[in-house]
Amino acid sequence: MTFAVVLAGGIGSRMGNSDTPKQYLMLGKQPIIIHTIEKFFVCPEFEHVIVLTPKAWVAHTENMIKKSLGETDRITVIEGGSTRNETLMNAIKFIEGKYGLDDDTIIVTHDAVRPFVTHRIIEENIEAAKKYGACDTVVPATDTIVESQDGEVISQIPNRATLFQGQTPQSFNAKKLKALYEGLTDEEKDILTDACKIFAMKGEKVYLVEGEVSNMKITYPFDLKVAATMLGGDFDA
Amino acid sequence: MINSIYQLTAPRMIEVTYGEIDLSEGGVLIRPTHLSICRADQRYYQGARSKEVLAKKLPMALIHECLAEVIFDTTGNFKPGDRVICIPNTPTENDDIIAENYLRSSKFRSSGFDGFLQDQVLMQPDRLVKISDDVNPDVAAFTELISVSMHIISRFDKIAHSRRNSVGVWGDGNLGFITATILSKLYPDIKLYVFGMDYDKLSYFTFADETMHVDDIPDDLMLDHCFECVGGAGCEPAINQMIDHINPEGTIALGGVSENNVAINTRMVLEKGLRVFGSSRSGRADFEKTVKFLEDNKVETHYFETLIGETFDVRTISDIHKAFSADSALRLGKTVMHWNK
Repeated sequence: MTFAVVLAGGIGSRMGNSDTPKQYLMLGKQPIIIHTIEKFFVCPEFEHVIVLTPKAWVAHTENMIKKSLGETDRITVIEGGSTRNETLMNAIKFIEGKYGLDDDTIIVTHDAVRPFVTHRIIEENIEAAKKYGACDTVVPATDTIVESQDGEVISQIPNRATLFQGQTPQSFNAKKLKALYEGLTDEEKDILTDACKIFAMKGEKVYLVEGEVSNMKITYPFDLKVAATMLGGDFDA
Repeated sequence: MINSIYQLTAPRMIEVTYGEIDLSEGGVLIRPTHLSICRADQRYYQGARSKEVLAKKLPMALIHECLAEVIFDTTGNFKPGDRVICIPNTPTENDDIIAENYLRSSKFRSSGFDGFLQDQVLMQPDRLVKISDDVNPDVAAFTELISVSMHIISRFDKIAHSRRNSVGVWGDGNLGFITATILSKLYPDIKLYVFGMDYDKLSYFTFADETMHVDDIPDDLMLDHCFECVGGAGCEPAINQMIDHINPEGTIALGGVSENNVAINTRMVLEKGLRVFGSSRSGRADFEKTVKFLEDNKVETHYFETLIGETFDVRTISDIHKAFSADSALRLGKTVMHWNK
């Protein structure tokens, strides 16, 4: 079975003036998180959509979903964990409790603040995770990436042709992810904040799915302005 | 839900824009899978419409010939994964007498509003017709064009008198090919002639009883009814030739689009008591008939397969440009985009 896992754990401390977590801010006619959830909800491949939010926002998120999609038993909102990986583990725990985990359980994990994700990206994630066990959505790096060990001088400039910027979804075989995560030491857990990194560090292959530049993360007030402008065109969908 | 829409903003310029799909409005969410380029799309793309028309219509997503997959349905008519043909004509009122494709209030995709170059489209269920998985998807992609021929023939059947010994189709392009194919199947007793300008193209009409260059038509060849599938500047001499070669009280079906006024020999139309009727686009009934035709007639569907020119896997806007560029060089046939953007 395949599950969508929408990660809305961030408290949005980077959104400047707003106290509202950024995923709950309005973009067009809907909150950002609803745009994102709907994109996954309509995909027939997903048995269930699990949304992970800060504890205080669980009921609020449930209300929002009910308002936009009506009563549905295909979405569950649960509390996220203290870190991104702990949040993922909460999702896996939920799946394990309700459906059981088997070798074919796939999770497609996505940032709630990336509402511009496309149908193709989601489909290719499902396909790649089923085939390879893990995949990451990326776009080729456009800026030159500079590495500095001490934050003062450049230690190296990697070849941009081999660099990609990570987006989401990131998709995994859930059983494999759980086993790898549980095998980490506490110290490793602190360092390996990205689930794809866990796979890569443990010598597992993580395949690349082509993202879209528009699949942007709404992190800063600037991003929200860009996103609102992107939606503001004259259109008829 | 945010949707990506790929609009023509100026000739040869396609840009992505974003819109919202409101699922609470209800409907069937579809994902286009196979998109076929129509001459009308090509005219917009090339900027071969008047400045006023372009200013009025653009920006607009092109493509009205579309095979799609159902993603999500709030209406209970379809299930996810169903393959459907999308009907671009979108009526805004019901009329017991006037067909939906002739109501002036109807909107048409990639003409009056956005076509199918989109990530997903929310459609009303009556704008979708389910099609079997057995039909070649590249042919299914241009069902809309086939339904236009089906529409012309259905109207011909109602309008034309019953003596149908010989029928002529003028035009060796896509519309002529499809119209002649359907006629040959639905009316096997008719002696079917196809007239064109290009010997190579005429050689594809193997199912017709006779094919002829328009310069070689014998003076004494007379036909009961005629179909004009030429369009453009060529339709004027074609229609006049039909008037010369048609028997009294015959019917001429006009199907080719011309941007200019056409001068025809009305004296002879009057003298022979001809019926000349026009057809444009098609409606749900024509789509249903066409889908059944494709599902039931393997041989004819194979004929349509020969029309498939190049197919393009479209993952980028640049791939869309490649498809339109290749299509503009086609003498006969259809360009189909496999939509993976």
